[in-house]
Amino acid sequence: MKIRGFFEKESTLSVLGSVCAVISGLLISFIILLFSDSSNALAGFGSILLGGFNGGLKGIGNVIFQAIPIIMTGLAVALAFRTGVFNIGTAGQFIMGAFTAVFIGVKWTFLPAGIHWIAALLGGFIAGAVWAFVPAVLHAHFQVNAVVSAIMMNYVGMYTANYLITNTVYNAAKNQSKAVAATAVAPKAGMNVLFPGSSLNAGIIVVILVVIILQVLISKTVFGYEIKACGMNRQASLYAGISAKKRLVQSFMFSGGLAGLGGALAYLAGDGKCISVVDVLAGDGFTGIAVALLGLNSPVGALLAGLLISYLEVGGFYTQVYKYPVEIIDITIAVIVYFGAFAVLVKGMIRKLLQRKGGKE
Amino acid sequence: MNTLYFLIQQTMLFSVPLLIVALGGMFSERSGVWNVALEGTMIIGGFSGILFISLMQDKMHGQLLLLFGVLIAALAGVVFMLLHAFASINLQADQTVSGTALNMFAPAFAIFTARMIRGVKQIPFDNTFRMEKVPLLGDIPVIGNMFFQNAYLTTYIGLGILILSSIVLFRTRYGLRLRSCGEHPKAADSVGINVYAMRYSGVLISGALGGIGGIVFVVPTSTEFNATVSGYGFLAIAVMIFGQWIPKKILFASLFFGVMKTLSSAYGAIPFLAAWQIPTYFYKIVPYIVTLIVLAFTSKSSKEPRASGQPYKKGGK
Repeated sequence: MKIRGFFEKESTLSVLGSVCAVISGLLISFIILLFSDSSNALAGFGSILLGGFNGGLKGIGNVIFQAIPIIMTGLAVALAFRTGVFNIGTAGQFIMGAFTAVFIGVKWTFLPAGIHWIAALLGGFIAGAVWAFVPAVLHAHFQVNAVVSAIMMNYVGMYTANYLITNTVYNAAKNQSKAVAATAVAPKAGMNVLFPGSSLNAGIIVVILVVIILQVLISKTVFGYEIKACGMNRQASLYAGISAKKRLVQSFMFSGGLAGLGGALAYLAGDGKCISVVDVLAGDGFTGIAVALLGLNSPVGALLAGLLISYLEVGGFYTQVYKYPVEIIDITIAVIVYFGAFAVLVKGMIRKLLQRKGGKE
Repeated sequence: MNTLYFLIQQTMLFSVPLLIVALGGMFSERSGVWNVALEGTMIIGGFSGILFISLMQDKMHGQLLLLFGVLIAALAGVVFMLLHAFASINLQADQTVSGTALNMFAPAFAIFTARMIRGVKQIPFDNTFRMEKVPLLGDIPVIGNMFFQNAYLTTYIGLGILILSSIVLFRTRYGLRLRSCGEHPKAADSVGINVYAMRYSGVLISGALGGIGGIVFVVPTSTEFNATVSGYGFLAIAVMIFGQWIPKKILFASLFFGVMKTLSSAYGAIPFLAAWQIPTYFYKIVPYIVTLIVLAFTSKSSKEPRASGQPYKKGGK
């Protein structure tokens, strides 16, 4: 009973840490608004807080819609974190997944309607996994720092995707990828009835399925147990007979696949978005890091954190009414991540205090 | 011959910012703090320096203005890196996470501030800094053509930083202490070296050099600052590792990357490369691929400072 109480406190503490990070981020963004134009600061801040609700059901639908890719990259980062590696390569995996999905969406029109979309999603997943294979193997077998190799793969991915787009599915007039065939677009699955006017589609069902699968995988299977063991103590897990290298490569590839799936979902959404051929890394990849941190590296947490960040981003759109640049939201998210970096430490300090008190009693 | 001179001048413009920033990263890592935020530091440095130049160019011009811009950029980089130092040294935070947060913060902050001041995210400036010919030195045959014509003051600043870094790191008491904190902080602590102070100095030097690298990158290649340094900060990390945390080797690594960058932007001007018709993306990708291959072969015997990335806690276990 006592042990259970302790664990409950532990999880409460973790959530508290995230909440603190979010509140600090919001406070600092308010201060920045005050400094830049104090007359509208309150109104601007209000629109950040209430932004997601501005458009009623349509607005909420769009919050969920925009959350889809960042929840996926968040899940990717979270899974890799559990294995003890930092997957900063989600931007590259994301864009390779996006390209592959768009390629299948444009070219493989021989596939029937129901299957075409799913095939494109699978293609995106596989491309992301392949892209993660390089840093995974380099890390497991050649002891290459995974952060560095993943950053390199981000740039290789960005240039490769641009090269492949311009040579296969290029819309030269708009310098972007061609629109995918109607059969490859995500079905609405009744979401247009639930949230009329929004762009929400069956993508969110895929996301929820992935969250459930990951939750089960991490907490109920041998695979999940072994990757967590590797993440907590590589030496101990080796001693216990777990083939750590294999697990590391598998989970890193799975993580990359999730990021690739995110890219596929983002560009098969039927809202007219195409991949622009520019030399800029995919921002959704980096937002995934914020999502994972805020979500405490748990699948359900990433789902909630992704929704929260998307909610803030939609709110940021409305701050433009008060002449504030929309970048205020990126600043807020960055500050949240920064505070999130030492939320773990704050949590540890509180826990120690509690333990000390418990010891005395 | 003119093509060759042009290519060498171009290579210098690409290599020097990489050299400066990679040296910055080296100081941070040598002190034991892993600095993934070089990209963000470059953006903050470039932003502050260019903003200063843009505001002051009516009152000053030429090399003096550039010099002041460089100083402002260094200062901004130091202030920015205080955040990273505080998180990773005092609070023992995850250094990659803190660095990533700062990388996200920098462009957002630069665009936000530029828009608040000017309404658009670009900050234009007049490039009055190019030197047709350095007096005396520019007249030397061949060498003068290569290094002292169409040059920027920043190139020589970069070389100065290289020489200074090499001396400081390997020939001074400070350098020895700094390196000891990156290799074995506990041992350093036991002989009375203030590990926190040394690590602060390492991170702040990387902030100054990162900031300088930002403005050095922007000035010769553009006439406006667009809140981006095109991934040069990340490339500098590759240069640093490629150069095995040693100034001399970092110079060669940055020259290699500079040559590749020059080829990707100017291969059309080189007859035999233009004839091959290799897509421009090839030249863009090669530096990254080569880095990956080199990492694969060298990581097992890497000279990376042993304690880099590990928080140090005074009196801890």
